[in-house]
Amino acid sequence: MQLMMPNLQPVMPEITMTVLALLVLVADLVIKRKETIGLLSIITAAIVAYFLTTAKGTAFNGMFLSDGYSIFFKLIFLMNLILTVLISVKYLSVERVNFGEYYSLILFSTLGMMVMASAGDLIVLYLGLELMALSTYILAGFLRYDMKSNEAALKYFLLGAFASAFLLYGTALVYGMTGTTDLKEIAGYIALNGLAQNPMLILAMIFVAVAFSFKIAAVPFHMWAPDAYEGAPTSITAYMSVGPKAAGFAVIGRVFLVAFGGMKVEWSAVLIPIAILTMGLGNIVAISQTNIKRMLAYSSIAHAGYALLGIIAGTPDGLASVMVYMLVYAFMNIGAFAVIIMLRSGDFKGDSLSDYEGLAKTHPLAAGLMLVFMFSLTGIPPTAGFMGKFYLFMSAIQAGYTWVVLIAVIFSAISAYFYLRVVMLMYMKEPKETVALSSSPAIGLALAVALVGVLAIGVVPSFFVNFAKAAVAGF
Amino acid sequence: MVPLNWYLLLSAAVFSIGVFGFLTRRNIIIMFMSIELMLNAVNISLVAFSHYLQDLRGQILVFFIITVAAAEASIGLAIIIALFRNKNTVHVDEMHEMKG
Repeated sequence: MQLMMPNLQPVMPEITMTVLALLVLVADLVIKRKETIGLLSIITAAIVAYFLTTAKGTAFNGMFLSDGYSIFFKLIFLMNLILTVLISVKYLSVERVNFGEYYSLILFSTLGMMVMASAGDLIVLYLGLELMALSTYILAGFLRYDMKSNEAALKYFLLGAFASAFLLYGTALVYGMTGTTDLKEIAGYIALNGLAQNPMLILAMIFVAVAFSFKIAAVPFHMWAPDAYEGAPTSITAYMSVGPKAAGFAVIGRVFLVAFGGMKVEWSAVLIPIAILTMGLGNIVAISQTNIKRMLAYSSIAHAGYALLGIIAGTPDGLASVMVYMLVYAFMNIGAFAVIIMLRSGDFKGDSLSDYEGLAKTHPLAAGLMLVFMFSLTGIPPTAGFMGKFYLFMSAIQAGYTWVVLIAVIFSAISAYFYLRVVMLMYMKEPKETVALSSSPAIGLALAVALVGVLAIGVVPSFFVNFAKAAVAGF
Repeated sequence: MVPLNWYLLLSAAVFSIGVFGFLTRRNIIIMFMSIELMLNAVNISLVAFSHYLQDLRGQILVFFIITVAAAEASIGLAIIIALFRNKNTVHVDEMHEMKG
């Protein structure tokens, strides 16, 4: 028997990431300055990004697909990783939890997302999802002596584990019905045997939809999100409002458009109510929040609802607009969280909305940046948030879902109230007290990248949209 | 030979007990045990399908699930211990630091 070496080229980024993440974990033992570990993890991300350029192809009999679609998502994950590390460096010492394993956990979590985006098989998908989720549970509870952080980790953990049991039950049913776990073969079997209306398969699809709705925090499976986002360290809130959500959309795109591609009528009947409820509840409950992290958690729920429109459209254009939206969301959300992190110093929490009163008088630059990110989250041109929403709504209208888009636009208008309230507090109120900003070169760089991202996508969206469309072409 | 349907009914019953336990019990450890019950229900149906289809994929997935469940258990218990040290309770109704 001859042993064949599989073609590992497509998996090289993940292999590199695994090796380097383990090295970072070991380096933590010898390096005393934890900022250096942060720098090492950014270098890791850069090396992995370099390997991504030569990684096209499939490996392990189609279980691992490295196509344009997955590479686009992996770039979002790496960008998310770099921005999160940049905003964490100072914040960790302010919170007095400056430990090196923080960075390797972020690396492992990102590795899990990369595996998810490339999954061509439900088994690989499950493994990637668990790697991502398990690392994020620990990160959410990273402030070990803070009761809120403990509680956030516990709620995230319990509901995340509950959701993955649903995903597995759905997987088991799909496997029983079709005899395979490969996404393309599942689609082929369903088409060949006309199983689209099979009640067992519809049940399996609903189980999978429930599990993914937990991951992207869509209503009615969002209960964990506000608590987990509020209690977790702010840098991790930024990280998990972007990364796991984008990874969730990456697998939703693959599972629903490839594996369940022949069941579009059935799954859009499940996803449309979820999308409408998500946009409605997220935007309306956000109005009554007094804690800005909690407000952004509800806003993050609402944004998941908008992005679902692109999946519901079910066209390559829809998928491309979801990808662009996730990129836009990464920039604007991490930017907003970076400003929140800067306000945290010493004993001053800085996460209450009233802490933003008069910020424009005391710190005009921070207030100006927050203004741009809030405008972008609302969707006001010329920011990226507007273009992202525009392409999403366009694709849904072209697919014939005009009435859903109408509802989305109404809720989007409602969202202006709570985003612009932050701007109003900053610019039209008198400051109560002057607080020192805990800024650092790293967080400045993160803010600059986020600002450039938000403005660049807002001004020349066609470049990014064409890039996404080209990426989807090989889907 | 035991027909496939019996295994599937057993699996569905165990899964439902797990979901019910998770939703009704308020002790974190018991909620956690309910999740393990759900995972094992999945394992039963995967092994049954795998045997019935004469295909090994299902059993491979079962091994992965067992491994991941072990990792999940260790992380879950670590989180519970961290919480217990600060709060001295494992009752989920007393976890109400955040509201709104």
